[in-house]
Amino acid sequence: MRSRTEKTLIYALLIAGTVTFLFPLWWMVAVSLKTPEAAQAATVRGGIASLVPTDPQWHNYPDALMQMGSVRWTGFLDALANSVVVTILATAGTALSSSLVGMAFARMRFRGSRPMFLVMLGTMMLPAQVTMIPLFILFRNLGWIDTFLPLVVPAFFGNAFFIFMYRQFIAQIPEALLEAARLDGQGWFGIWWRVILPLTRPVTAITAVFTFIFTWNDFLAPLIYLQSDDQATLSVALNSFRNQYGGITKVNLLMAASLTTMVPCILLFLAAQKQFIEGLGKGAVKG
Amino acid sequence: MATIELNCVSKTYTGDVRAVREATLAFRDGEFIVLVGPSGCGKSTLLRMIAGLEAISGGTVAIGGRVVNELPPKDRDVAMVFQNYALYPHMTVEKNMAFGLLRRRKHGGISGLLFHRAERRAELAAIDRKVLDTARTLGIEPLLARLPRALSGGQRQRVALGRALVREPQVFLFDEPLSNLDARLRIEMRAEIRELHRRTKASMVYVTHDQEEAMTLADRMVVMKFGVVQQFGTPGECYARPANRFVAGFVGTPVMNFIEGRVDGGAFVAADMRVTLPAARWPRMPAGPATLGVRPDQLRVLYRADAGASSTAADGASVAATVRSIERLGDRMDVAVMIGGTRMTARIENDDRLVEGGSVLVHIGLGAAHLFASGEDGARLGDAHDAG
Ligand SMILES: Nc1ncnc2c1ncn2[C@@H]1O[C@H](COP(=O)(O)OP(=O)(O)O)[C@@H](O)[C@H]1O
Ligand SMILES: [Mg+2]
Repeated sequence: MRSRTEKTLIYALLIAGTVTFLFPLWWMVAVSLKTPEAAQAATVRGGIASLVPTDPQWHNYPDALMQMGSVRWTGFLDALANSVVVTILATAGTALSSSLVGMAFARMRFRGSRPMFLVMLGTMMLPAQVTMIPLFILFRNLGWIDTFLPLVVPAFFGNAFFIFMYRQFIAQIPEALLEAARLDGQGWFGIWWRVILPLTRPVTAITAVFTFIFTWNDFLAPLIYLQSDDQATLSVALNSFRNQYGGITKVNLLMAASLTTMVPCILLFLAAQKQFIEGLGKGAVKG
Repeated sequence: MATIELNCVSKTYTGDVRAVREATLAFRDGEFIVLVGPSGCGKSTLLRMIAGLEAISGGTVAIGGRVVNELPPKDRDVAMVFQNYALYPHMTVEKNMAFGLLRRRKHGGISGLLFHRAERRAELAAIDRKVLDTARTLGIEPLLARLPRALSGGQRQRVALGRALVREPQVFLFDEPLSNLDARLRIEMRAEIRELHRRTKASMVYVTHDQEEAMTLADRMVVMKFGVVQQFGTPGECYARPANRFVAGFVGTPVMNFIEGRVDGGAFVAADMRVTLPAARWPRMPAGPATLGVRPDQLRVLYRADAGASSTAADGASVAATVRSIERLGDRMDVAVMIGGTRMTARIENDDRLVEGGSVLVHIGLGAAHLFASGEDGARLGDAHDAG
């Protein structure tokens, strides 16, 4: 048992941390509900008053979404659809390919598997900036610029970190389980789909949540590869929205739009939380 | 149901571990075969080569007359029960049992879903029925909806058994299926497996390191050591006519007593004793260094007062000894005695007069004794039993 003072201290630290992290979010919520004048004042002068939403302007939310892009609602809905398509494909692609490759590294004996694994881990050390220009040239030569392909196709080739995570987890599954599946008539694909995937759900939850949040919020890649307005994802559209109205004239609407785009990530995180924590907690799979 | 023929089967693992060396064995259709031997002797490896889980380094394995060396496990029509049950943790008992059958459906694929709905439904219903029937015979029907983690060890083993049974394979393979159970459950399940074999008349190959399990289950057993088959025969044969000293020592409890010495002019001579060997038992009397093997129940420990009467018995010889220790088993007792420098165990009727440290006379019965060539794995030297 921890002593009382120790406990108090831990809680105080946790609360302080929570407040620090929640402060910007709360500020966004407060400003998103203000009139344009009050929002400007809050942005410029700050102060306690800026954190209290008096007279909440709920219509800021529909207004903001409506005004995104050049045609009413269309800008927002297009961007939303684009984000959803790109994110779902990238998430599914990353989880499926990473688990498949993870299984191969964990369970298949083949020539060169060890050096290949090390090379794959090595790719984690390459900063994205290093590969940005070569990748752009590659995708341009493939004629993929201004399509979703550069955002989606690489996901189907796995992600070194998630492959590593899957491999570690899959290596703990008892060999006899896979042998039983082989005797029950499964090939490698069947084993992967019917045994490995269901047993690695915690890893899949982590992979899915991280990939989803990263792809959903990713700004740089869509900005580089997507050029027409109707291809923009939400993060890009949000940026145009900011430029459209310049500076802080409609900061309340900007905050409302930003908060709206965060909703899917928060929902997903809450939904996957249980899987998540289970995965961090146990790891091994017992027959 | 099928015969299994192993022809010069060998397995060499990377690093030059020779786990199985040129095993040539033929199992009959419907036979219960037990592979037995100390840990690491290659039993599992041999079993896994039959299953197709391990590549065969040399020789051929044939199931039902067909060489299966190149066939993947799923095409060999074998089912296996593992030591750690190997139930799919994410599937209910019912799904675990149905899993292998679902894979073998004719209308399992997309075409079944689209064009043969009725056949597909009939197949699924048949699978349900089979699973239910099997579950009933094993008494696990109430567990069908549970996940493996909600089962006790014994129940898991039963489900694993059910999963193999429901497939109705040509051959059942068991790799130490009972070693994770407690002693009582083990004996109960042993009887049940035996009963299962009697009922299904299926070919079974069963691996265990426990000679008692092997003796009680096997129609015929394969005794192995260091990857080499030492003897292949019925439990009775292995017990009564062990091929060599290793088998003699491995089969039967308490372990057979061995005395190193030499055969000289029709008598066995060791440091502290000289016993005359009945010529009727060894018609071709060997000569030279040898090991005498006597099972504990062939020894009688005589309290000195009774000694005079039996010392001249024709079927054996009596020698002086000291009692080292006594283990009481209820109606009988194991007495360890020292005959000179050799320790021997006798299993006898209770005799309260014996005390630890006391001197006794030990009568060595030679009616079922064996002579082995000297050395750890010395072959049994021919005796009357082999004449016919
Ligand atoms: N995958 C493997 N790689 C290398 N050696 C192995 C492997 N599996 C088993 N062995 C070795 O082969 C021998 C026989 O093993 P095994 O068949 O499992 O024995 P048993 O089942 O009789 O205890 C042992 O010496 C073991 O160390
Ligand atoms: Mg084994």
